[in-house]
Amino acid sequence: MSNKNKDLIPQVLTVLFIILVLIYFTINAQNNMGNRGISFGFGFLSQESSFDITFSLIDYDGSHSYAKAFLVGLLNTILVSAIGIFFATILGVTVGISRLSQNYLISKTAECYVEIFRNIPLILQIFFWYFAALRALPLTIDSINFYDISFLNVKGWYVPRFIWTNFSLFVYSLIAATVLIIFVSKYAKKKRDEIGKQVPVFYISLGILFGLPFLTFLIGGVTLSFQIPELTQLSKTIYVYQGGVTIIPELISLALALSMYTATFIAENVRAGILGVNKGQKEAAASIGLTKGQILKLVVMPQALRIIIPPTTNQYLNLTKNSSLAAAIAYPDIVLVFAGTALMQTGRAIEIISITMLTYLSLSLSISAFMNWYNKKMAIKEK
Amino acid sequence: MKSIKTWILVVLASSLLVACGQGGGGSGSKKSKTLDNTKKAGFVKCGVSQGLPGFSNADASGNWTGIDVDVCRAVAAAVLGDADKVKYTPLSAKERFTALTSGEIDVLSRNTTWTLSRDADIGLTFVGVNFYDGQGFMVRKNSGINSVNDFKDGISACTNTGTTTELNMRDFFNSKNIKYEPIAFEKADEVVQAYDAGRCDTYTTDKSGLAAQRTKLSAPDDHKVLPETISKEPLGPVVRQGDSVWEDIVRWSLNVMIEAEEYGVNSSNASSLKDSDNPAIKRLVGAEGELGAAFGLDNEWSLRIIEQVGNYGEIYKKHIADTNILPNRGPNQLWTKGGILYVPPAR
Repeated sequence: MSNKNKDLIPQVLTVLFIILVLIYFTINAQNNMGNRGISFGFGFLSQESSFDITFSLIDYDGSHSYAKAFLVGLLNTILVSAIGIFFATILGVTVGISRLSQNYLISKTAECYVEIFRNIPLILQIFFWYFAALRALPLTIDSINFYDISFLNVKGWYVPRFIWTNFSLFVYSLIAATVLIIFVSKYAKKKRDEIGKQVPVFYISLGILFGLPFLTFLIGGVTLSFQIPELTQLSKTIYVYQGGVTIIPELISLALALSMYTATFIAENVRAGILGVNKGQKEAAASIGLTKGQILKLVVMPQALRIIIPPTTNQYLNLTKNSSLAAAIAYPDIVLVFAGTALMQTGRAIEIISITMLTYLSLSLSISAFMNWYNKKMAIKEK
Repeated sequence: MKSIKTWILVVLASSLLVACGQGGGGSGSKKSKTLDNTKKAGFVKCGVSQGLPGFSNADASGNWTGIDVDVCRAVAAAVLGDADKVKYTPLSAKERFTALTSGEIDVLSRNTTWTLSRDADIGLTFVGVNFYDGQGFMVRKNSGINSVNDFKDGISACTNTGTTTELNMRDFFNSKNIKYEPIAFEKADEVVQAYDAGRCDTYTTDKSGLAAQRTKLSAPDDHKVLPETISKEPLGPVVRQGDSVWEDIVRWSLNVMIEAEEYGVNSSNASSLKDSDNPAIKRLVGAEGELGAAFGLDNEWSLRIIEQVGNYGEIYKKHIADTNILPNRGPNQLWTKGGILYVPPAR
């Protein structure tokens, strides 16, 4: 037998073995389900779900299908993960840089923050933010009032609803502004490379971003008005705000807990990244007269990012997966809505759990793919 | 050539595994696999709630009590001769059916509502009803709400996820044309905490559950249960489909407790009634007939249930009435006394 075959056979055997194990599990599951009178199939997805969900980004009620309920749960998971990732990144970078500050108070505060929030289990933090917040917030009638347009109480945070006319024109103007900004920054980079002149990209971009949409208000007929939440009385002591948009306390506390927790890990990544940049780089930058801010932005950060991005990708994935703890505090994410209520009402455990697992897998792989792309973009380009 | 031999071995071993898998399920014969396994293990595997006073609740030292627990104790007394030989598994509403169909437990006695889809679709069989319940609402006394007709658009209602209550709530509010905010938690304790904190205006679940959970609130007297009942909730023990002998054992363990009350047989007088004049009583205490043989049990199985666990009236009094959860038996009274408890005769 040739050497090539010798190398190949163990691998083929392994693959075959895995396939056989899978076949065994499938047949076993099928048999057991058959014996216990459980049918298998995805037909239930089109049936009427007949349960309602507190909070949904799309139009949904119990007369819609289980597939739609799944979508509601998925969007809620994506929403809380996106909010969590956004704030975790901002907070993490801030705290990470603060830990390296020369100022004793700032660096110690940042250190305390990291050590406290990193070392308490996430589920306890979620319970803390939820139940502590619920206990601390006032009842509807005594709401905390923000200038008579927004109200915070135990049932949620009520904000004005935006009512648009010609909304599509406004969106187009935003797209146009984005495209314009990309061109401006490309042009600025070219100018800098060619004649070494700094174009104030930031201010120009800011101008375009606000100016263009503002123009649509002036000449495009776009109008925006607000519907302010109004206090209505339901009974002697029960009040509720109606008419505005409600941000439910479950979403607020979950997003808060997720971002506070994950920010500690990102902060440590950022600190490691900055410390990982050679000291000589900073000294060289200082010697040509760059300011402290410029050194951080132009010399340290671009190099630190290469160290920061890969472990931070892991933290983004963790945050997304950790959002499944939402079920504990009634935030209607995919686990609560689909792997919880829908599973119970239909009893289709194998189908629903497989769909849910595949969904988390796809979410994680998408985040991972995006971060890999970003990492490549940031990597050292050999010229 | 060693690799080829290994290869053949692997294939043989795997096909053996597959063959085992095909033969591994339940059997259709008269013999009960669950009964055999229970006798071999020496305890009944019983699924209960995570803590519902009166139904299934663990005290500080881990002893489970309640009328749902007593169904499992009755089965253990009948099958193993000792009511204490039960292993309890606390389950959330979401986990309960999977735990039963996967064989982690053999009896699910966890305030579970008997519905058509649960009975027919997901491999379960309901064996009877040990508590007739109905869904109700709890509100704060000072809320000014005295009936479900006082609910208005925008009301928020807390409940448990994965229960029939979630569906009934929707049916109810839809029929009244009221827009409501449903907040569904996985565990009952969190529902209680959220309601207590004022997150929702009303807490809805089975009325027995409301009465039991009210005791956990910070000021139980500030809350009341509204008079209306919006659904039928017959709660009862559940077994896996496909083992009819085991199903019969659990069904009749429950039935003899109710019949014993009907004939005035209780834990203290049962053994002295062996020479009663009434043949129905003699059958209950195992002095006449060969009733146990039908399940492969001895003839004193029902006597042990009555002696060790008690009749239905005794367990209701002990767990539900004396604990002040629902002092009035309502529909859970014998048919002879104006209730709807009516079981087929044990003969």
